[in-house]
Amino acid sequence: MMIDNMRRTMDVLDIIGPVMIGPSSSHTAGAVRIGKVAASLLGTKPVKAEIMLHGSFAETYKGHGTDKALLAGIMGMEPDDERIRNSLEIAKKIGLEYKFEKTYIENAHPNTARIILWDKDGHKCSIEAASVGGGSILVKKVNGMDVEFSGRYETLIVLHEDVAGMIAEVTYFMAQRGINIGSFRCVREEKGGTAVMIIECDSVVPKSVVDEIKKQPHVLSCVRIEKLK
Amino acid sequence: MYHYDSIDFLVNEAEKNNKKLSELILKEQAERMEITQDDLYNKMEKRFEVMEEAVEKGSMPGLRSASGLSGGNAYKMKRQVSEGKNLCGPLFGHAMTKALAVSELNSCMGRIVAAPTAGSCGIIPAAVLTIMEDKNIDRKVAVMSLFTASGIGMVVANKASISGAEGGCQAECGTASAMAAAAITEMAGGTPSMVSSAAAIALKNILGLVCDPVAGLVEVPCVKRNAMGTANALAAAELALAGIESRIPVDEVIEAMKKIGDMMPACLKETAQGGLADTKTGRLYKKAGLGL
Repeated sequence: MMIDNMRRTMDVLDIIGPVMIGPSSSHTAGAVRIGKVAASLLGTKPVKAEIMLHGSFAETYKGHGTDKALLAGIMGMEPDDERIRNSLEIAKKIGLEYKFEKTYIENAHPNTARIILWDKDGHKCSIEAASVGGGSILVKKVNGMDVEFSGRYETLIVLHEDVAGMIAEVTYFMAQRGINIGSFRCVREEKGGTAVMIIECDSVVPKSVVDEIKKQPHVLSCVRIEKLK
Repeated sequence: MYHYDSIDFLVNEAEKNNKKLSELILKEQAERMEITQDDLYNKMEKRFEVMEEAVEKGSMPGLRSASGLSGGNAYKMKRQVSEGKNLCGPLFGHAMTKALAVSELNSCMGRIVAAPTAGSCGIIPAAVLTIMEDKNIDRKVAVMSLFTASGIGMVVANKASISGAEGGCQAECGTASAMAAAAITEMAGGTPSMVSSAAAIALKNILGLVCDPVAGLVEVPCVKRNAMGTANALAAAELALAGIESRIPVDEVIEAMKKIGDMMPACLKETAQGGLADTKTGRLYKKAGLGL
């Protein structure tokens, strides 16, 4: 199975690692990471989370603590945080309202979660992601758009109108700042409609570059997803 | 740079350069990661510390998983050993206690090191920490042995699989057991080719083992299979250190494991549809909502 298109060679710290909260790298550690990507996408403090679980996630989430893990990630915890076990109580304490539901998603990977987050100003974001084994994840949808990235790299998601020259424009700013692109993907809903670029980078993308890209004509939004630890 | 597609290659390199496998692998990996050997050693030592903490926390009384299926057995085993009542003596008893402790802690949402996976996380700490403590081996030698274990694990991951969903339990507990056997053989002063034999013997003994978790949880039979994987690692190291060689070379054993994994039906690869998951009691546990 191709886990991501920039699959890194495995090293000693992958094979003896990661350090994580059990019991399952896919159902617990991977779930924390999915939650983290959702939080990173929202960018502000979430006050409400709606989480839908599909397949094996739906069948075994209580025994594997997948619910606790997803919520922990949404609150910014890492996969090795011992507070994961108590994340449901912590969420209540800090005023994060949450709801878990079982669902069925056509053709989805068995370990798939769909998360919708809101902040206090009513801003909303959604992701659909799968935990594909060993704690690795694959994000499949962002705000309803088809994407595909692993979170192993600094990732930019640029939503824009489908007009000529957009790719050149965005990559120009990145080139100027010396940010090397490891992989690039652009998909659109329909010709002349809305399109999304998924750009995996080798280095951190500073906020100034994100803001610069946001200001370009025809760019609807630009979000940076921090590289997962 | 090495490709980690052959254990024989690593053994030849080590013997040619008169080095331990762990030294070779630490050096190569540090170069690959563009960090110093000291930095990489320190990162591994941090993981070693997490393993030690996990043994400690996992053998406390009163541990219980969310499903209620696991917890408390490491404490039982520890008591039996400390009262001098266990059948096979202190070293074996300590190894069993540690394997159960780390694996039960994993089931109870405690902090562990996936080695190579969470489901098989008890085997390497149990073997390595027991041999270090009971044989008074220097801590540094024990931390270094994790690099040897990693070398074996990377080759298995590259040539076969370390995922139960892809290769069954042989890929998880089998790989962990081979890694552990390799590590303790080196710790005990075994040559690189003895290390390779230990890995081969350990893996051969677990070929064909299916992944059949009851109710889909990493608990039954996983926790006790960690005890088995540890016992098997001790047996394999014991044979290899006596100069007993594997008739089938380790790289070919790995190839066999890959083929067996491919032939294994999906119901026996982590889907909780066959094997122990599909027994009368296994189905009852699932029905009782333990997985829900």
